[in-house]
Amino acid sequence: MFDLKGYGPSLLDGAVITIELAFLSLALALALGLIGASSKLSGNRLAKGIATGYTTVIRGIPDLVMMLLFYYGGQVAVNNLSDYLYEAYEIDFFFQFDPFISGVVTIGLIFGAYMTETFRGAFLAVETGQVEAAKAYGFTRWHTFRRIIFPQMLRHALPGIGNNWQVLLKTTALVSIIGLTDMVRVAEEAAKAERMPFHFFIPVAAVYLALTAGSELFIKWLDKRANVGVVHGG
Amino acid sequence: MADQAPLICRDIHKTFNKLEVLKGISLETRKGDVVSLIGSSGSGKSTFLRCINLLETPTSGDIIVHGDPIRFKDNGKGERIPADNRQVELIRAKLSMVFQGFNLWSHMTVLENIIEAPVHVLKVPKKEAIERAEAYLQKVGIYERKDYYPAQMSGGQQQRAAIARALAMEPEVMLFDEPTSALDPELVGEVLKVMQSLAEEGRTMIVVTHEMAFARDVSTQVLFLHQGVIEEQGTPDKVFDHPESERMKQFLAPKF
Repeated sequence: MFDLKGYGPSLLDGAVITIELAFLSLALALALGLIGASSKLSGNRLAKGIATGYTTVIRGIPDLVMMLLFYYGGQVAVNNLSDYLYEAYEIDFFFQFDPFISGVVTIGLIFGAYMTETFRGAFLAVETGQVEAAKAYGFTRWHTFRRIIFPQMLRHALPGIGNNWQVLLKTTALVSIIGLTDMVRVAEEAAKAERMPFHFFIPVAAVYLALTAGSELFIKWLDKRANVGVVHGG
Repeated sequence: MADQAPLICRDIHKTFNKLEVLKGISLETRKGDVVSLIGSSGSGKSTFLRCINLLETPTSGDIIVHGDPIRFKDNGKGERIPADNRQVELIRAKLSMVFQGFNLWSHMTVLENIIEAPVHVLKVPKKEAIERAEAYLQKVGIYERKDYYPAQMSGGQQQRAAIARALAMEPEVMLFDEPTSALDPELVGEVLKVMQSLAEEGRTMIVVTHEMAFARDVSTQVLFLHQGVIEEQGTPDKVFDHPESERMKQFLAPKF
């Protein structure tokens, strides 16, 4: 049907990298978001300060700049640290900044900041009476979180998570800038070599669209499950 | 010790910031007592109830549940906090609370609401917890609603479900925090009827209420609070028919 001029397998590999990158970044972003939101809502001033600094800085810098800063700046920082450790203590320490890891860390950090705000709002939306009832019946703090706060928080967080996920998925395209051979990078090379931009970019666009449309359905399903027991209107 | 006092409170004080809300409240219950706490808004009656199960930590004073005094410690900032969270959890499991706003967990069905604490806190086997829950739902008259979510029921039904949830803990003492104040007037009766039947079974209950008829007809003890102190205390007969305090007389006087 569609002749990919022999680029098919590498495009497919690229798509797999895109998906891996997206899911790993999402996991990191969700973890950071939960930690960030808990810190912001905790009574601890230091934790609050760090979380506020994190979201302010990250949300104020363009994703592309962050990524370049991390990948190139990160390597320079590792090099300097490595030189210093060797000269001062003769410790042999070095690692190469891998574009995949840089991508996961950068995207995870960026979206962790957005998730922090999503989760913070969602936690605040849980009614205090729900938590009070759990306390009054002798629940431990962990049990209260797991059985009452978390499922009720999800109702309020899911629409925001869904939004962030779609943007995150599209942001993965930026990693082609730092040399990761994701599907965008493969398509770009193929398009240049074959002088057929439509031919290669349209399939890439279709894959993104399929992923976002698929996740939208999944989020809708999750949302329905999380909102069980909620009566609308009235 | 079957005849040990289910609950003793001694000289409970509570200060919020610098405002002293409770100025030394004491209460001793015997098994089967129904204690009504009455008084105008801001008198401290709800705060006192919330001190009993440590939803508020009393600034000073003792709480002894079935012979077990709650231990406190200083948090290093001169404030008193419970010394042992595990003890607090165990004691709370013996004092079920019914809230003004019901506070049924909205993501669970009625049945799930009722078995949650017995299964996870008291470690009752699930099957047994379900049987127990169904029996209590029969008792409060909403068995046929057991698979409904709270939002699908009327206020009166929700409050009866909340009472079933409290009963399923088979508690030493049941605490009721204005259980009918959030209900439409025509739904108040069904909840009071259930509470009256519990009182007749000899359950120990402490009830913060504005329902004077309930306090008069069902209680064994009435406490009238005013500005954080007990102004009048005794049997309903004494408090309602022979009050000594001026405040109590004013409180009972027809409003219009």
